[in-house]
Amino acid sequence: MIRFDHVTKRYPDGTVAVDGLTLEAPTGRITVFVGPSGCGKTTSLRMVNRMIEPTSGTITIDDRDVTSLPPHELRRTIGYVIQHAGLFPHRTVIDNVATVPFLLGTDKKQARARAAELLERVGLPAHFARRYPAQLSGGQQQRVGVARALAADPPVMLMDEPFSAVDPVVREQLQDQFLQLQEELGKTIVFVTHDIDEAIKLGDQIAVMAVGGHLAQLSSPADLLARPIDAFVAGFVGRDRGYRALGFARGAALPTTPEPTVRFGERVPPGGLEEWTLVVDDTDQPQGWLRSGPSGSPPGSPIDDAALFRGGTLATQGGSLRAALDACLSSPSGRGVVVDGDGRLEGTVHLDAVTDLIASRERAEVTGGADG
Amino acid sequence: MADVAYLPGLPRMLPALLPADDNSSPWRFPQYFADHFSEVMGWLWAHTWLSVVPVIAGLIIALPIGWLASRHKWAYPPMMTVSGLLYTIPSIALFVLVPPLLGLDPLSPLQVPIALTVYSVALLVRVVADGLGSVSEETLQAATAIGYTPVGRFFTVELPIAVPVITAGLRVAVVANVSIVAVAGTIGMVNLGLLFDQGFKLSTDTPYYPPIVLGLLLCVLLALVLDLLVILLGRMLTPWRKAVRS
Ligand SMILES: Nc1ncnc2c1ncn2[C@@H]1O[C@H](COP(=O)(O)OP(=O)(O)OP(=O)(O)O)[C@@H](O)[C@H]1O
Ligand SMILES: [Mg+2]
Repeated sequence: MIRFDHVTKRYPDGTVAVDGLTLEAPTGRITVFVGPSGCGKTTSLRMVNRMIEPTSGTITIDDRDVTSLPPHELRRTIGYVIQHAGLFPHRTVIDNVATVPFLLGTDKKQARARAAELLERVGLPAHFARRYPAQLSGGQQQRVGVARALAADPPVMLMDEPFSAVDPVVREQLQDQFLQLQEELGKTIVFVTHDIDEAIKLGDQIAVMAVGGHLAQLSSPADLLARPIDAFVAGFVGRDRGYRALGFARGAALPTTPEPTVRFGERVPPGGLEEWTLVVDDTDQPQGWLRSGPSGSPPGSPIDDAALFRGGTLATQGGSLRAALDACLSSPSGRGVVVDGDGRLEGTVHLDAVTDLIASRERAEVTGGADG
Repeated sequence: MADVAYLPGLPRMLPALLPADDNSSPWRFPQYFADHFSEVMGWLWAHTWLSVVPVIAGLIIALPIGWLASRHKWAYPPMMTVSGLLYTIPSIALFVLVPPLLGLDPLSPLQVPIALTVYSVALLVRVVADGLGSVSEETLQAATAIGYTPVGRFFTVELPIAVPVITAGLRVAVVANVSIVAVAGTIGMVNLGLLFDQGFKLSTDTPYYPPIVLGLLLCVLLALVLDLLVILLGRMLTPWRKAVRS
């Protein structure tokens, strides 16, 4: 657990970057610091590994004051990842990852073996190990940065906008992989971002900071969306927070109805089909929708990529109501496609059924809120 | 084509253009070299040391100064001005000034290496500062955050990354030293410059070319070889640059 106790940072020029910050980042969880530019997120983060010393207040890790160790020793127990990775251009990828073990005097061979294992875990193929950072894409460099931070198996990780500099698709991959990794490793993480969506996706706990360096709200992502504490937080969390909050809502089971299907690669039967028919592959995984009738595929025509509408998203049974709603809204037939945990078709769900679930959940939540 | 046809005749024509005495022809330098072989080789050897050692000493002195200049923005401009000014002092003047300034015997064999070291420092301070300045802020931050001590960071992260820039500066310093050392020969220091001195002394009524041409050739050759060695050393220290280029 990392504890900030009345921590204030005033820079020599008088700027108060962090103002009386008190909070706990629980062990094994991800705490996200989010807020507008200049609100003191980076400053807060760097006070943990003493890249910046607080003006007043104390920071403890597992009840031990961070000032009780020499800075370089403290830092070797804390993983640190920054925006542009900051890899060492003169060292191969594998030696970049093994930096901290080398510093700690681990046997070189052993350190490299562990580094290779980590590279694999962050999703970099083995042949990247002998490359130099400049031979990697930004996203790949960021993976190396994460692996390097993990190399000495530090209990604590500090991450300062680690995924901000890559394109949205790669960012999403990196986030998903990061969550998966955290599931296995259970590090105590402080994660800084200015992107509220990223905060909501990754955080077990979110600290919203306001300019001037004070903590505006500390709560779980769902609570943050449901009950912003003041106008600043409400504004920062954004307009479509009602919709985003559905991402945390797991309603009762989705009431699916069986959906007639055709197989990808076959032909439209001679008798024709309904206007919209779901296409599945050999393993029953939905592929898209097929349109029949005057403006669609005529009987006897192939069911191939050219004939398919792939626009619809899939909802997973047991997943969030947001995914269910999105599956309905994005489906050309208006029927949301629901799959099981293995991606096999379970059936379709109607928009009405989903909105009913949302409505009943909201009533439950409001009553629940009144009780608590 | 006509031009080329007459070119081979040039070496034979040139001496004809010059004073008649056969022995003083510039093309007699191999003869001169053969006659004075061991002596000239000794000078070449001394010349090599005088060109290389002050650069190494200069680099060692320039490292902390350049580090300061790269660390502290306020220190950079004055340091660059001072080192620039040092470099404009004529070498002959510096050779003469060093002994009294340092309280050495005016004929001390150290005056030349010391003066050359001063030049090397003047040149390399900027190079070191710029080389260290080329290390990206992210890399520095990452190194600190990972748990390097300041000294460890300097020697294992900053300095290796600065090597390409520093090597470029070392090339200039070494080559410049080869020519400055020759000047010291004219005030009697043992090195290839003595060949020029000999040439002048032996030129009585007519110029006596062989030692002069030999000195010139050996200086150029020495500069080329040392330059090449610095390049190779730089390549050896920066395998990462080669990998990135290809
Ligand atoms: N070395 C410094 N000297 C003076 N003021 C500083 C210094 N570093 C940061 N500040 C100021 O402190 C405040 C907080 O800076 P900080 O870098 O912590 O913000 P941030 O929340 O990380 O912002 P961003 O999202 O833009 O990275 C800002 O107003 C900034 O200008
Ligand atoms: Mg920041």
